[in-house]
Amino acid sequence: MEIIEVSHFKKSFGNKVVHRDVNFTVKQGECLGLLGGSGAGKSVILRSMIGLERPDNGQIQIEGIDVTNLDEAKLVDIRKRVAYVFQNGALFDSMTIFDNIAYPLREHTKLKEHEIREQVLSTLQMFNMHGTENMLPAELSGGMQKRVGLARAIILKPDIILYDEPTAGLDPANTVKIQNLIVQLKGTGVTSILVTHDMDTALRVCDRLAFLENGSVENLGMVSDLKQDPVQILQLFIRGQSD
Amino acid sequence: MTTNLQARTEKFFDFVGGNALLVGQMLKELFRKPLYFDLLAVQIENVGAKSLPLILIVAMSVGMVMALQFGIGLQKFGANLYIPKLVSLSIIRELGPIFASLMFAARVGAGMTSEIASMVVTQQVDAMRALGTSPIKKIVIPRVLACLICLPLLCVFANAIGIFGGLVVGTFDLHLAGSFYWQKVLSTVTLTDYLSGFLKTFFFALFVAIPACYYGLNVERGTRAVGLATTRAVVTSSILILVGDYFLTKVFWVIQTWR
Ligand SMILES: Nc1ncnc2c1ncn2[C@@H]1O[C@H](COP(=O)(O)OP(=O)(O)OP(=O)(O)O)[C@@H](O)[C@H]1O
Ligand SMILES: [Mg+2]
Repeated sequence: MEIIEVSHFKKSFGNKVVHRDVNFTVKQGECLGLLGGSGAGKSVILRSMIGLERPDNGQIQIEGIDVTNLDEAKLVDIRKRVAYVFQNGALFDSMTIFDNIAYPLREHTKLKEHEIREQVLSTLQMFNMHGTENMLPAELSGGMQKRVGLARAIILKPDIILYDEPTAGLDPANTVKIQNLIVQLKGTGVTSILVTHDMDTALRVCDRLAFLENGSVENLGMVSDLKQDPVQILQLFIRGQSD
Repeated sequence: MTTNLQARTEKFFDFVGGNALLVGQMLKELFRKPLYFDLLAVQIENVGAKSLPLILIVAMSVGMVMALQFGIGLQKFGANLYIPKLVSLSIIRELGPIFASLMFAARVGAGMTSEIASMVVTQQVDAMRALGTSPIKKIVIPRVLACLICLPLLCVFANAIGIFGGLVVGTFDLHLAGSFYWQKVLSTVTLTDYLSGFLKTFFFALFVAIPACYYGLNVERGTRAVGLATTRAVVTSSILILVGDYFLTKVFWVIQTWR
């Protein structure tokens, strides 16, 4: 079943046309890898899926609901179920790491403070970041901030996760950790889109790949098929790096 | 030339429309749960308590200068006795509220705009929305309410300390008796005088808070834009306060003479 359906998505900024006609779908439980050069418009597509950006034209259906026309109040329901993992973390810099991760729980659940504490600390543990809970985001490295952003995004156990380059700028050990986490979440039935430049991650965690270029999306097919074809992988690798 | 004019006109309507939209959203969300009283408390401290020293210093100086200026003018005619009356009336009706509000625009307006704009630029406002919370509730409403609560209070302090400043100069430089000064102040100033100055500050609070939120939230991309937004907010607030003062004074005047 199609959980996410993007059709005839168009978006320009000023005179610059970024998306001419973008069409793609994502099935329930699937992880779609969205590749594309820098500035191709990958982030804008993900942002549009939770209504942070409005397309000039076209539709984005999430579980059958067109999100492009919803007002902010109606988008809240979508946003509780669809997590967007920001490219740069986008942490609240006046709050501690603990409060950042606790934010969705405090806003959308009736959990008691000690239950929130337990959940936040175990999430931090899972991300290998225990001991940072009382620090401010500015005291962490970029890679750590990114992981906190990921932790904050998934703490409400969303059905759909949109990862915006979750592994860019991470060291190899943490990259593998994040890859494993994404695979693990997929195992629980989460549907996801993974925007990345990192072919290794894309091949390891995604079921299917697509390429955004010149304002439209080209479906590249299943990862399992691509893996049989090293030449094409090499080409993709080069295409992904050529920006 | 025409394109410049056109761009300016567009900007003007963007500004008016954008602010109207912001106020509309604010009113819509003001009474809808959840309400963040903790955020309001933080803002009251930032906006009110932390502005107090600045406003007291400015008001004190204004009171002292006013007394001195009137002293220089009136001493020639031996009319020193009118100093308490003139100082207190000009401070209560006009200078206390205006100086408090302009200083408030400079300190609070600038601080708010740059803070909100940096949050936009670093995507914290997007993150708020992405996590299913409303920046109007989290950012705009606490700040606007804090300004509405704090500026009138600051004005009360400014009025008092301004008159006190006049007293200091009156007794030390102009040789008026302190008791005489107070007695004159209290017998001159009426409640109408007081309110005609004080009530304006509620409008001035909005003139500071709303453009600050508007320019902050609508900042363009990049850090340079943060500085630009801040400048625009402070200039806009100051102009609104000064121009608005004329019209508000006129309105009060009409109401007063109408009865
Ligand atoms: N708010 C905006 N105002 C103006 N232009 C924008 C805005 N948002 C995005 N753009 C432009 O749209 C294009 C696509 O941006 P986007 O951030 O989606 O790229 P991306 O594919 O995510 O790139 P990267 O891999 O570098 O993150 C860019 O050229 C960018 O300049
Ligand atoms: Mg991007």
